[in-house]
Amino acid sequence: MKPQPIALKVLNVFSVLLFLAAFGMVFLYAPLEETMNYVQKIFYFHVANAWVGMLGFIAAAVAGVVYLVKHDQKWDIIELAAVEISLIFFITTIITGSIWARPVWNTWWTWDTRLTTATILEMIYIAYLLLRQGIEDPDRRARFGAVYTIIGAISVPITFLSIRIVSRTIHPVVIGATNGTATGSFNMAPPMLFTMFFALFTFSAIFVTLFWHRIRLGQLAQQVEQLKLEEMQ
Amino acid sequence: MLDYSVSIKYMLAGYTVFLAIPAVYLISLVIRVRNLQRDLQTMKEFQKKNPK
Repeated sequence: MKPQPIALKVLNVFSVLLFLAAFGMVFLYAPLEETMNYVQKIFYFHVANAWVGMLGFIAAAVAGVVYLVKHDQKWDIIELAAVEISLIFFITTIITGSIWARPVWNTWWTWDTRLTTATILEMIYIAYLLLRQGIEDPDRRARFGAVYTIIGAISVPITFLSIRIVSRTIHPVVIGATNGTATGSFNMAPPMLFTMFFALFTFSAIFVTLFWHRIRLGQLAQQVEQLKLEEMQ
Repeated sequence: MLDYSVSIKYMLAGYTVFLAIPAVYLISLVIRVRNLQRDLQTMKEFQKKNPK
């Protein structure tokens, strides 16, 4: 494996510093919300995790399209990396959302529109990883992955728009007008808004860093797989 | 308004998840890289010993 490029090393340090800064802003800069108080602080990283999760699923679909056009295995590696990291961020979103919901909604879980679509989204991509493992031929596996991620990406806008389209939802809308049935909404003071956007930027940088590392891992795995195939032939 | 002690408890649980899941993922990345590097080394040594 090639040593890490300088840009990646810089990105590693930058991501850690940004994470510490975002952590500091959440606890030292953003004011305490009046009704939910401390538990509301989950919101900043929850939204940022959801953002990068969805971003990664879209990136995987884009990589899928490029693979179908170019038939280059490197796009399959990129697609797999995007899905895997997005799954990590998205499962974090679902779990922390559930933790926030317990004191605010008085339940860990409810089959609300957003929660249901988010769960389906997560399941679609867990299935992607499982199904991939069942295909041995690298070209077939890559073709399957590309088509799957393109179709799977349809669930991203559905999940994002679900609380904006369906009027009877308990989940608050962060950006845009929230509806009357939402529980846990709050007026965002400018420092809260600034902290949220800073967290979005921070997690985007962390995503790029992890993405790069995961792509390098994929390239190494491909090298090992090729050597094994050569030996078998 | 939520009770402060209850609210702090859930906030701490949330931030534990925010830190723990990426940490476990990072560890898994490091382990997988090490395993692949070992596999690669083994394959190269095998090819040296058994040239075609």
